[in-house]
Amino acid sequence: MTQKDIAVQVRGLVKHFGETRALDGVDLDVREGTVLGVLGPNGAGKTTLVRVLSTLIRPDAGTARVAGYDVLSQPRALRRVIGLTGQYASVDEKLSGRENLYMIGRLLDLSRKNARHRADEMLERFSLTDAAGRPAGQYSGGMRRRLDLAASMIGRPAVLYLDEPTTGLDPRTRNEVWGEVQRMVAEGSTVLLTTQYMEEAEQLAHELTVVDRGRVIAGGRVDELKAKVGGRTLQIRPADPAELPRMAEAVARAGLDGIAGATPDEAEGVVNVPIVSDMQLTAVLGMLAERGFLIAGISTHLPSLDEVFLAVTGQKASSAPAPHDRTDALQEAAA
Amino acid sequence: MSAATITAPAPAPAREPRIGLRGNLRHISALVRRNALQIKQDPESMFDVVMMPIIFTLMFVYVFGGAIAGKGNQGAYVNYLVPGLMAMTSMNIAMAVGTGINEDFRKGVMDRFRTMPIARSSVLVAKIVTEVGRMIVASAIQLGMGFALGLTLKTSVLHLLAAVALSMVFGAALMWIFILLGLTMKTAQAVQGVAMIVLMPLQFASSIFAPTSTMPGWLKAFADYNPLANLADAARALVNGGAVAHSVWLVLAWSVGITAVMAPLAVAKFRKKT
Repeated sequence: MTQKDIAVQVRGLVKHFGETRALDGVDLDVREGTVLGVLGPNGAGKTTLVRVLSTLIRPDAGTARVAGYDVLSQPRALRRVIGLTGQYASVDEKLSGRENLYMIGRLLDLSRKNARHRADEMLERFSLTDAAGRPAGQYSGGMRRRLDLAASMIGRPAVLYLDEPTTGLDPRTRNEVWGEVQRMVAEGSTVLLTTQYMEEAEQLAHELTVVDRGRVIAGGRVDELKAKVGGRTLQIRPADPAELPRMAEAVARAGLDGIAGATPDEAEGVVNVPIVSDMQLTAVLGMLAERGFLIAGISTHLPSLDEVFLAVTGQKASSAPAPHDRTDALQEAAA
Repeated sequence: MSAATITAPAPAPAREPRIGLRGNLRHISALVRRNALQIKQDPESMFDVVMMPIIFTLMFVYVFGGAIAGKGNQGAYVNYLVPGLMAMTSMNIAMAVGTGINEDFRKGVMDRFRTMPIARSSVLVAKIVTEVGRMIVASAIQLGMGFALGLTLKTSVLHLLAAVALSMVFGAALMWIFILLGLTMKTAQAVQGVAMIVLMPLQFASSIFAPTSTMPGWLKAFADYNPLANLADAARALVNGGAVAHSVWLVLAWSVGITAVMAPLAVAKFRKKT
């Protein structure tokens, strides 16, 4: 990996707030055209990291370069190549969606005409055309987040920071945001994404850095980390809850490759099956279909952040995030 | 849209790119437009601008005017009072910029501005330009109110416009103080509180409402160099005739002095604020 391929390079970054070490010697690299997920609980230093990388705060020690520009000595050049979408939507609530985007375009030195075109283009792309004339303050949470993403994309930034882009969103809206991020990456953006959710990291990131209390505690490709942590849990919901024990037994006794067992969860009305591959998922479902079980819904669950922490550090995360359930498209269709 | 072309990171240049004058003006006008649209969306935010001149004029002319100028002399008092009230109004509007900037800072959009390739001062300058616009509206209402109550222009329209312009210049200079205050204090309420404490003596220990000649010596000394009193005197002379130069120069000196000291401090504070 050459120097040239690195879009974001962070070495030994330290930032204190009074007694607290929000960043305590962070190193990381984001390769050009990839998504790095920075995974950690509340207070791990994720937002501080993003704020240093977007020149909002100055680090106490260490270096950070974005697209070759140093955060301390070249902040103005750096601001030309970044886009930031925070946890709190950074749009003007009193302005309409269109006016917000037009303003950003003008601040990015587009001509009046180009700023108008670009605003309309982004409204179209983020499905906000119908709401373009309404004040952003009247938008739903998801619409506001989309407007925020659109605002960040106006200048076609080479590097995009997404600071917990889906925190507080409902599953449907979250999927929309994920779709947009995937599209940006497909178009060549480099993304640094912070998240509390393994789920989100798995969906979007190529590589992961796990942080806790301002330190990097693990890192690597997502599949490597997942392998380290263990697989997923497949949850199958029989149409008839009375089938639970029979279904669990059928899965456990089918002798499918690598399936060690299955446990019925009466309270939830599901059978839990630990799996490590999509092949196993398919095999379990195929077997159940063959034997005539009627399935009302399925979902898969990645290990929670707590389980990841437990696996990589042997101890609990310093502060636990709110539970975050993923609902598979399948289950949504079934519902 | 053609597939978005993401520019490859360029090799770091030796020097930081500069934002030229045209760029700065473009950014400032985009931000002024934002402020104007906010007012359009929330017309109640103009309440102070519209009501303050009306209420103060009515109150001082009819409630205190008789006592200050003598019963039946309210008509003459209008000509004394209204130019001074313009000074006071500009100060009150200048104060609002402090609470405004403080509230603005707690919104995410400020983060966006500060991560964009614009001069950070342009956000502040745009705020000042907008507030000067509000001052012009307030001055127009103030003068309209004055003329309705019998204000007579004894000089020329040009003199009158010069009086308005002088209030704007001084008001804009004052805003830097309140911006610094707004950036330093934690809450908008605190900003308001401190600003009031500063404003009260400047407003009342002045020649705005009554001549300073009846004040005790120490107070008169303060009032004679109180910039707000200087502004009131200057505006009064510009409307009613009389020696103008001394008080105008004093106001301009105050304006330049305040701006020279406070603007760099405010911009530095804005840069460092997290």
